[in-house]
Amino acid sequence: MNYLNIIFILWLRQLKRYSRSRARLVSSIAQPLLFLVAFGFGFGPIFAKAGGGDYIAFLAPGIITMSMLFTSMFGGIEIIWDKQFGFLKETLVAPVPRVVIMLGRSLGGATVAMLQGFIIFLITLLVGFRPELSSQLIFAPLVMFLMCMLFTALGTAIASRLDDMQAFPLVMNFLIMPMFFLSGALFPVDQLPKALALVVKLNPVSYGVDGMRVTLVHLGHFGLTLDLIMLTAVGTLCVAVGTLLFNRIEA
Amino acid sequence: MDSIIEVKNLVKKFGNFTAVDNVSFTVEKGQIFAFLGPNGAGKTTTIKMLTTLLEPTSGSITLNGFNVAEFPNETRKSFGIIFQDPSLDTELTAYENMEFHAVLYGLPRNIREERTKELLMLVELWDKKDNLVKNFSGGMKRRLEIARGLLHHPAVLFMDEPTLGLDPQTRNHLWNYIHNLNKKEQITVFVTTHYIEEVERVAGRVAIIDHGKIIMQGSVAELKIATNSSDLEGAFLALTGNTIRPDDAGLDTKRMHAKMWRR
Repeated sequence: MNYLNIIFILWLRQLKRYSRSRARLVSSIAQPLLFLVAFGFGFGPIFAKAGGGDYIAFLAPGIITMSMLFTSMFGGIEIIWDKQFGFLKETLVAPVPRVVIMLGRSLGGATVAMLQGFIIFLITLLVGFRPELSSQLIFAPLVMFLMCMLFTALGTAIASRLDDMQAFPLVMNFLIMPMFFLSGALFPVDQLPKALALVVKLNPVSYGVDGMRVTLVHLGHFGLTLDLIMLTAVGTLCVAVGTLLFNRIEA
Repeated sequence: MDSIIEVKNLVKKFGNFTAVDNVSFTVEKGQIFAFLGPNGAGKTTTIKMLTTLLEPTSGSITLNGFNVAEFPNETRKSFGIIFQDPSLDTELTAYENMEFHAVLYGLPRNIREERTKELLMLVELWDKKDNLVKNFSGGMKRRLEIARGLLHHPAVLFMDEPTLGLDPQTRNHLWNYIHNLNKKEQITVFVTTHYIEEVERVAGRVAIIDHGKIIMQGSVAELKIATNSSDLEGAFLALTGNTIRPDDAGLDTKRMHAKMWRR
């Protein structure tokens, strides 16, 4: 009972921090919008000529995934900020099992990332994206939630092992960017060279992108069942490892 | 009297550097215990080990009957702490910081609201309760930290240089409040400070630590007699010498290096 209150206040804190940082809101919308416009309209004609169909319809789920990937990883990595500004100590000495703290934070981070995904979804509508209205659509929020939990937990796990913000660009360039580009968010993965196809298969983001694409426009590579299984499995693993590493933080 | 903190042969090493070197002491229930030492003596490191933030290299700690290493969560239920360095969420308001703390410590709503008001009035921040902490001055942040630390009434209250940077008025208020709390609720207080005259009036027992070792402990009177000094500050200087120490930043760097190389 008491733990639920604690999870709630940790969750609420993430939401308050997000809603109060206008700079964060603007910049997190600007980037996906840039991708959507530059790639969408830039490659659109070529994609259509090559027989791929409507590129915006293909790209939009990928860009929604991208914004959630970035926001949720960032939400997890935020722990480094808490470390540096000292607030982490306040939560670490509290008489609350670290699992509860980890859960509250992750739920908060995931909720923020989902909100972000919905905002980008609205923006894709403005750019001309039209999702298929079918019963599949109800699975989209589930895919979003699983994905956001996974990457918030992954971000937390990574941040638990890092000591300062200087490591942040490293994570950005060597983990988040490759995960995004090698996920099939921007291009179809059906005819990739074998090595690259394997990388795509091992990348959890691929299943998020695929899940979004299946539920929004019925274009899938792996199929929704496999997407949900992979996201749940990898997500559970990340939460477990994240909790373990978070447990070991010393201040 | 019963002891509430028992520390036996406590050691903490960061790489080759020994920050806390075979320290033993006991604190009795309801006592105000002053833990004094120059910069870099090992005070904060000791407090971090007592409060489950750092794992000791060796030695044992019992707090409120719980072995700290074995029962970190039970230990955490037994103490409150006012940290030496900032630990507020600056993106939240003063009131939200208090609320967050109260929920983490499971205070019922009525007590939470009543005490939040009482404490924010005490540190004169009640009229600023809805301002974001990032707009506060250093002194205001410090006062808020103290108010937050006093929100739940633990068995043991750790205060790591609580009055650093506060004006004499606030320091006076604060010590009166803590003294009252100690008397009324039998809260044990473990305090480190550089304002030695502050604790001279209230401390039941004093331990002086330098270079990671406790060099003397006893009552204020005992320390004064042993060093033939007229006040506690005199006793402190007689025991720790007059050389100026490198401050804690040096120690932090050492800690960081040790951490980096361990990986």
